[in-house]
Amino acid sequence: MKSKLATLMCGAALAMTGVHAQAADMADSMTIVSWGGAYQKSQINAYAEPYKAMHPEVKVIWDESSNEAVAKLRAMNEAGNITWDLVDVVAADAIRLCDEGLAMEYDPDELLAPGDDGTPASKDFGDLIVSDCFIPQIVYSTTFGYRTDMVGDTPPTDICHVFDLEKYPGKRALEKRPINNMEWALLCDGVAKEDVYDVLETEEGQAKALAKLDTIKNQVIWWSAGADTPQLLADGEVVMGSTYNGRLFSLIEEQKQPVAMLWDAQVFDLDGWIIPAGLPADRLARVKDFLKFATDTQRLADQAKYISYGPARKSSAPLVGKHADLGIEMAPHMPTDPANAKNTFLYNYTWWADYRDDLDAKFQAWLAQ
Amino acid sequence: MTDATNSPSTGPMLSADGTPLKKSLQIALRRQKLRALALVAPLLLFVLVSFIAPIADMLFRSVENEIVSETIPRTVIALEQWDYQDGNAAAPSDDIYAALYVDLSEAEEFKTHTRLGSRLNYETTGMSSLLRKTGRGIGRMDTDEYTKQFEALDPKWEDPAVWVAMMQSPGIADILPETASAWQSWQRIVANKNDVLAEEQPEDFIYTMLYRDLIAQPASAIAAYSGSGAEMLQAADSAVDGFEAISLREQFLDIDKDWADPQIWGTIKAFSSPYTAGYFLSSVDLQLTPAGIEPQPENQQIYMLLFGRTMFMSMVIMGSCILLGYPIAYLLSNLPLRTSNLLLILVLLPFWTSLLVRTSAWKVLLQQQGVINDILVWLGLVSDADRLVMINNQFGTIVAMTHILLPFMILPLYSVMKTIPPSYVRAAKSLGATNWTAFWRVYFPQSVPGIGAGSILVFILSIGYYITPELVGGTTGTFISNRIAYHISSSLNWGLAAALGTILLAVVLLLYWVYDRIVGIDNVSLG
Repeated sequence: MKSKLATLMCGAALAMTGVHAQAADMADSMTIVSWGGAYQKSQINAYAEPYKAMHPEVKVIWDESSNEAVAKLRAMNEAGNITWDLVDVVAADAIRLCDEGLAMEYDPDELLAPGDDGTPASKDFGDLIVSDCFIPQIVYSTTFGYRTDMVGDTPPTDICHVFDLEKYPGKRALEKRPINNMEWALLCDGVAKEDVYDVLETEEGQAKALAKLDTIKNQVIWWSAGADTPQLLADGEVVMGSTYNGRLFSLIEEQKQPVAMLWDAQVFDLDGWIIPAGLPADRLARVKDFLKFATDTQRLADQAKYISYGPARKSSAPLVGKHADLGIEMAPHMPTDPANAKNTFLYNYTWWADYRDDLDAKFQAWLAQ
Repeated sequence: MTDATNSPSTGPMLSADGTPLKKSLQIALRRQKLRALALVAPLLLFVLVSFIAPIADMLFRSVENEIVSETIPRTVIALEQWDYQDGNAAAPSDDIYAALYVDLSEAEEFKTHTRLGSRLNYETTGMSSLLRKTGRGIGRMDTDEYTKQFEALDPKWEDPAVWVAMMQSPGIADILPETASAWQSWQRIVANKNDVLAEEQPEDFIYTMLYRDLIAQPASAIAAYSGSGAEMLQAADSAVDGFEAISLREQFLDIDKDWADPQIWGTIKAFSSPYTAGYFLSSVDLQLTPAGIEPQPENQQIYMLLFGRTMFMSMVIMGSCILLGYPIAYLLSNLPLRTSNLLLILVLLPFWTSLLVRTSAWKVLLQQQGVINDILVWLGLVSDADRLVMINNQFGTIVAMTHILLPFMILPLYSVMKTIPPSYVRAAKSLGATNWTAFWRVYFPQSVPGIGAGSILVFILSIGYYITPELVGGTTGTFISNRIAYHISSSLNWGLAAALGTILLAVVLLLYWVYDRIVGIDNVSLG
């Protein structure tokens, strides 16, 4: 393993010598914005540390502001002083930033390395490049976990068990926003998967979704931070709850809590990088150099050693190995694993970009009633 | 009296150097005032620059709406002629589509069309993707037919240098008004690409506008023109009638059929002025629609409810702080200094702990599987099946915020109570007052300034709180500030956030004024 890594580093170092000639034009420090916690750690381990090993002169500063990145970037832009070089955001935020002209548009085949099998980046990432500014990194999913000791002998297998208070009494944790909840409610109200967004476009469809949610409303604890549901599950406050699959992985495998995954109707979502618009040339050059490295096939596969999110490149999937500390195979814990992805739901970005403001107002008014 | 002032012998009083005393006093006072002003000037300037100005700038966003008229100026002007009537609104004419075509061709280059889309999407759902989609499609319209037809007529129309010379001729704007206006956009587009104007062939929208101008102008007007490219123009003018015409309306409808929807145009028209009351209307559950001001649909009304709830819960929190804080402050001020200092540290200790830690601690205590419920179940007071719900609701917010804000009540109370001489109460008692009378008639009135100061502090702090309500408030215990935070950080609707903030500020100032009238602000003391 070690020697393999060494050869790899050598190869990478050799490949970089060509770039080294222009290193003088690149800034020596880089501010990267991410989410903090286990996710940021996986990025540090998989991308930043190897990059620093090749470029000891580069100083990487981490800022845990991805949560409010959209607002902060806008404020920075208005103040005319962009202090961030690379920002990790979810795809929906990337679309918003791109629309606002706050993120830089890029050409995938120019900026990103081709896959290790030679596929151009635009093909390797494929549909996951959902915006002209968005550089995909991982596929994650929002899905449910349940307490194995609170569901009796028949654990839930169907998303609609979330709405079944008779079979599975107890509280549920759902996110305090319409996204995902409205879709799940419609799915369990007999709407076919492909019709969900068509139905949700109509007033009746929205009322229908809220009516379905009404049936469990007083048994729901609404969360707004990703860490809430794992905590609520660990405390036995809720019998089941939605959150990001990586959080549930660490709850189950690292903290050994009596919790299991309910993968049914998991909603895929994407997380990735954007480059803020208007960076000075030297900083932009450094970021581009880093990005080319950090989004290559091996680096994306490496990240999966530290966290159970699927790499966004098709060519990375076969390279996913074992967890760095626990030594367990990571592939079965990926949301994209065939066993887990029997029934998945694809989040519609452009639809939500239109309906988010409207539905959020309705959803919050419904919540407050 | 009149005699005395009129009598010349008294005159104005003079100071030692002979100037009237009044005047020299004024001079001395003015000098003093100036010195005082100079001393506070740095602070005043600092507060103005770093505090007042940003707040004013933020509040200004609640009415500012220049984005529409800046991004699509020609469309805004063209729409002035168009009337929105509910239901049977006439579809906009091709003139309006032509204006939009030029505006969006420029906006697409500067990527401002999507920004406009986000802005208008706050008002009408679907504008965001409509503009994004249109921006993508605007370069691929069939208007290249015009370009081809002009080129077929005379290959010189391809030459950028010919265009530059013609568009610089005097009088061209009079005969080709739309082309001249579009040319300005083209100049900005070329400059933005760092290209040279004389080397870039104009895009299709320029040829489209030229066609429209030539069709609209009488032949005599074109014939009267004698500047650069006059023959080309005259030849084109006689040929354009035979050109194949492209309906811009159809082109826009091909990109998205929503462009036929009067609702879309009505929204643009309603929000076309550089200042709008729209945000303020939204913050009081009204909306500015193409047809005028209407109440929001019932299932979207939330802000009045939240304003009311914020006020009510802040009052409750303030009340419980008074109830809990008063006895503690009383105890602290009457104990010997050593003990009271020790107890004061206990009051301040939570004050120095992180807000998040304190809020999370309340979660651990109050949740259904939490410490308090466990004890109650263990004592047999509550059955295991129906544990009390004490968090993720109003109760949770009130408890947690009362705890967090308690020091702000205790400290002013304590410092006021310290200054009340114990001899007053003793005197009252020695004159025959009961304990209660001595407290209520003698001690309490003297402590009112402390209550006033504490109440103002606690109330104003609590209406602006959002972290604690977000964490423990569930759905019924959240404040208006949670929505403000959402609009600032998530939906990026800063205008609405600013309007909500302005209203909140106005309410606070109003309450402050009411308080001043009832209690008197002079009666507030921090010690």
